Amino acid sequence: MSNRRKIKLTVNGQDYERETETRTTLVDFLRHELDLTGTHVGCEHGVCGACTVLVDGISARGCLMLAVQAAGKKITTVEGLANPDGSLNTLQQAFMDNHGLQCGFCTPGMLTTLTEFLAHNPDPSETEVRIAISGNLCRCTGYQSIVAAALQAARVMREGKS
Amino acid sequence: MKPPPFVYHDPATVPEAVDLLSRLDNALPLAGGQSLMPMLNFRVVAPDHLVDLNRIDALSGIAIAGGVGRFGAMTRQRDLEFSPDVARAFPIMQEALSHVGHRQTRNRGTFGGSLCHLDPSAELLNMTALHDGVLTATSKSGERKIASTEWVQGIMTNALRAGEMLTGIELRAWMPGHGFAFEEFARRHGDFAIAAVGCLVVLDASGTIEKAALCVSGLGPGPARLAGAEKLMAGQRPSHELFRAAAVEAEALDAVDDAFVTAAYRKHLARVLTYRALERAVAGRADRRSAA
Amino acid sequence: MGAKWFGASVQRKEDPALLTGRGRFVDDIKLPGMLHVVVLRSPHPHAAIRGIDKTRALALPGVHAVVTFADLPESMRRQTVPLLVPNPAIKQVYMPYCLARDEVCFAGEPICLVVAESRYVAEDAAALVDIDFEPLPAIADCADALAPGAPLAHRDATSNLGAHIPLDVGNVDAAFAAAAHVFRERIFQHRGGPFFMECRGMIAAPDPATESLTIYVSSQGPHRHKRVLLDLLDWADHQLRIVTPDVGGGFGPKGSFYAEYGALAAAAMALRRPLKWIEDRQENFLSTQQERDQYWDVEIATDADARILGIRGKLVHDSGAYMPWGVVLPWIAATTVPGPYVIPSFKLDVLCAFTNKVPTSPVRGAGRPEAVVVMERLVDRVARELKLDRAEVRRRNFIQPAQMPYKVGIIFRDGRPVTYDSGDYPVCQQSALAAVDYENFKARQALARRQGRYIGIGFGNAVEATGLGPYESATARVATSGRITVYTGATPQGQSHKTTLAQIAADQFGCTPDDVTIVTGDTAATGLGVGSFAARTAVNAGSSVHLASKEAAHKIRQFAAAMMEVAEGDIELENGFAKVAGSDLKRSFREVAAKAVGMPGFSMAGGPLPGLEATSHFTPDQSTYSNGTHVAEVEVDIETGQVTILRYLVMHDCGHVINPMVVEGQVVGGVIHGVGNAFFERMVYDGDAQPVSTHFGDYLLPLATDSPNVEVLHMETPSPLNPLGLKGAGEGGTIPAIATLMAAVENALEPFGVHIAEAPITPQRIVELLGEAAKGRTK
Repeated sequence: MSNRRKIKLTVNGQDYERETETRTTLVDFLRHELDLTGTHVGCEHGVCGACTVLVDGISARGCLMLAVQAAGKKITTVEGLANPDGSLNTLQQAFMDNHGLQCGFCTPGMLTTLTEFLAHNPDPSETEVRIAISGNLCRCTGYQSIVAAALQAARVMREGKS
Repeated sequence: MKPPPFVYHDPATVPEAVDLLSRLDNALPLAGGQSLMPMLNFRVVAPDHLVDLNRIDALSGIAIAGGVGRFGAMTRQRDLEFSPDVARAFPIMQEALSHVGHRQTRNRGTFGGSLCHLDPSAELLNMTALHDGVLTATSKSGERKIASTEWVQGIMTNALRAGEMLTGIELRAWMPGHGFAFEEFARRHGDFAIAAVGCLVVLDASGTIEKAALCVSGLGPGPARLAGAEKLMAGQRPSHELFRAAAVEAEALDAVDDAFVTAAYRKHLARVLTYRALERAVAGRADRRSAA
Repeated sequence: MGAKWFGASVQRKEDPALLTGRGRFVDDIKLPGMLHVVVLRSPHPHAAIRGIDKTRALALPGVHAVVTFADLPESMRRQTVPLLVPNPAIKQVYMPYCLARDEVCFAGEPICLVVAESRYVAEDAAALVDIDFEPLPAIADCADALAPGAPLAHRDATSNLGAHIPLDVGNVDAAFAAAAHVFRERIFQHRGGPFFMECRGMIAAPDPATESLTIYVSSQGPHRHKRVLLDLLDWADHQLRIVTPDVGGGFGPKGSFYAEYGALAAAAMALRRPLKWIEDRQENFLSTQQERDQYWDVEIATDADARILGIRGKLVHDSGAYMPWGVVLPWIAATTVPGPYVIPSFKLDVLCAFTNKVPTSPVRGAGRPEAVVVMERLVDRVARELKLDRAEVRRRNFIQPAQMPYKVGIIFRDGRPVTYDSGDYPVCQQSALAAVDYENFKARQALARRQGRYIGIGFGNAVEATGLGPYESATARVATSGRITVYTGATPQGQSHKTTLAQIAADQFGCTPDDVTIVTGDTAATGLGVGSFAARTAVNAGSSVHLASKEAAHKIRQFAAAMMEVAEGDIELENGFAKVAGSDLKRSFREVAAKAVGMPGFSMAGGPLPGLEATSHFTPDQSTYSNGTHVAEVEVDIETGQVTILRYLVMHDCGHVINPMVVEGQVVGGVIHGVGNAFFERMVYDGDAQPVSTHFGDYLLPLATDSPNVEVLHMETPSPLNPLGLKGAGEGGTIPAIATLMAAVENALEPFGVHIAEAPITPQRIVELLGEAAKGRTK
């Protein structure tokens, strides 16, 4: 049996068909085969959360999935979060407003994680936000500004809906 | 930290998977991948064949009837966490699951994967032992039932034989309205527990304990039920002395030192958490009754 | 020109790209023909290398080369990586070769490069390189290393003593002889590391036609890397360009030059292909420099009124296997001890020991957190023994603002006396304590204890040398398109320099920060540069950007005045135009810049120097000293040892603040780094110096659920030492945090007589210290 396989998947609304080695992790596939380098590799053992992407809307560690396991799935990465006109979406804008990033390396994983979380829990408490991002390491911010950004985004999204 | 080379298989049915696992040399099944994938990335395992179970729909599912919960081995931890049926029949489960890794890992991680990987502190292992679980192993020659008491054979060694895979888990539900508490101590949210205690109790109308179950994890290779305390408590009124006796039994369990945590500290935590779990399970039971 | 942008919480220019996945980190760069490299590292803490057999590895399809010491150019075989900061205190110099020659001295030391088509194949091949090791005895603990007969970390060393720094101020023995009280503390501070989220990485791209290399490296300053590589390659200036793109955190250790950087450059030249090496997280644990261990054994002498007469003692510092930054780290630690207090006499013997562990170099705080732990533990001890309030003991010993500039009496590592330039330490502490209602804490604590809850308060004061020289470069240039670019050797890793430096420039050019592009960390953009570490960029680069922009703006006025035939003083700069005040006359920057570059054949003699550009290398006389007071309230669960931080407040003085939002971010992040050092982070080695905590499951960084909300208050005592009154702000969050949290835990456990003298302090250790009391309600 060959160690390569052709897969079809959708990333940020765009369909791709690529042949890849079956051992390639999803994050390496996105970064090096689709040139979507916004998703970062931080630990490759599932702890830091920098590689978090959405698989059919559900967050997953990109380093703990094989690319072949994403065949037929819809993947969302940080490159797919902005508004259709390219402007920052509510969550991204909240990160900018609250200084929710410094080096920006953990940011893609924070954004994807919070995207899923806020869709599921539109009115979270601070503690719930902290638990939601407890699987994402950040060494720069001390998390405080990220939590503030998430709470602002939730508030703005709720107001937008009412 | 890239996976070593392997031949990848993704069967769609249990018979195909069992056939591959029995036929191929040095083959490993891949469930949710939240433990095996890091091990592959670290290259601490090097299978010649990887048999991915994620395409086998028949291995996922939750069915609760007649006081028994039946779970497919590939049921995601996320599905346990968000299932109203599970919350009703096994209310302690959500509390235990809140300690299992993080949302991103629960989204992929599976019930069976956790049991097979067998980290000594795994919460789902505790839940299985606490609810007198029975595990189903499937091989080409059929199914074999394994009691949770037989599941742990040693440190990270389960009872599966060559050619067998875990396909299902059955848990016994306790009567509605039972008291429960899951007390865990880990260094950080989502870390493997240093020690954890699951507790279920049933109190009669007078407040006397009818039945109790206590299960301690983190000390030995697998969870340990506190048989002495469970027996002692039946028919007794909850009391400091009773809780303390259970706590002392928990502390007496065997534990070993590692590079980060001493056996003494694990045992101490088992003591403290057992007391707390009992106290909260009983109080919760009382609260629920008075609220009803 | 008035300050419109300086001092404002301007949103970051860096953010839009980073928020949409358009950042450009080293691993995001892909070059045609690029190959991938794995650095094969020693599995042994100490071993001799008898031979290396590449045969099996080279036979694997996709493998291009296995590079060993023998394959390095002669210039790299005859010398080690140079020590950039020599010091007479160093007794034995050990620096690594770019690849191990015949001895490896820590588990993780680079031995060879495996070059292949992909990282995956390179890892496959690395497992097939056969190395014949002869394991040698290894030494793990720095205190043990100095004992007679200890295994030698380097087999040809005379001992494990790498350096000895004797510090001696005043007559310490007389002070102790005359003292009313003497107390002794033995304090251990454990190893920790930077653990930035983006691991290190480098791409070396050769241009065989010109015998030159372009290097992309995740660093804190490419200019020093260039200096080292020019030595190692024996090359001329024009052959090397080093660029640092976006960097995912640095915290000190990305400022060092690592052996594998030299090897990668040499291999790229030999193979004539671009090579990419990205450190993975396991390598990061095994090879990126860390900080500490430190054993302190110190005594404090006071008079009957708790006034400090002297401090004396010994510090044993773990250098690890090499001394990449010489004695910088222990020297800073030792000289930071006095802090904001008057210490009439001070004597410290600093011994730096080699061990077979990852080399140590400055990590956020750079030895200062350790010093503050020591000083604040001593002061708390005095208060406890003399039954005085901890704040009162500090009040009695503060340096007063009227004493500024204050000569501490100690010589800093640059050979100059430590002289504090400004600061109001009494008010800083007083304001911090008032903000948390310290006065009533005892009552709240008593109430909590009655409820079986153990809460405690701790605080810590620190004075931090920031803005270290020698200089930073800045060139401000208005292009003929009218666009403004400022080039600097500053090299951000998340500190927002592209925003804060643009704010400074914008004030000079009468434009917005968005109109100024800041280009950082490129040796082709500025000939000189030092880089970003040691909280030095605001002071050095900020001043240089200010001066260069001011001069470039002056040139705009000169040329524009001549063009419009008005006096220079009548010109105002606004939104890309040089305008004549009170008239409609104006020239765009574009027109002025075109004029300033001249036209072929037309003389510019007698006018201003050509070009709308200016360069500055601001060179401070000495460090400027930031200061702060941290206060923490914690609750300890005596049954589990778990510590919860209930409140954390920082009173911070870093002089004039360029961007309050950014400074607050630096401070808060720094505090949480300190939380990690205080409670979580332990780099564990076994007795044979084999690393045990080699992944994020065992080495614990603080999570969002472990991190308190930090309240940050500011005082602004401007520095007299630079034009904008700046002081550094990058490390003030970390420096007093460990001391503060240790003090708070100790205060919470006061009823049990528990004394905290080690960091990190873990729940397990707290339970051990509590003994029987930890049984709590289960007794």
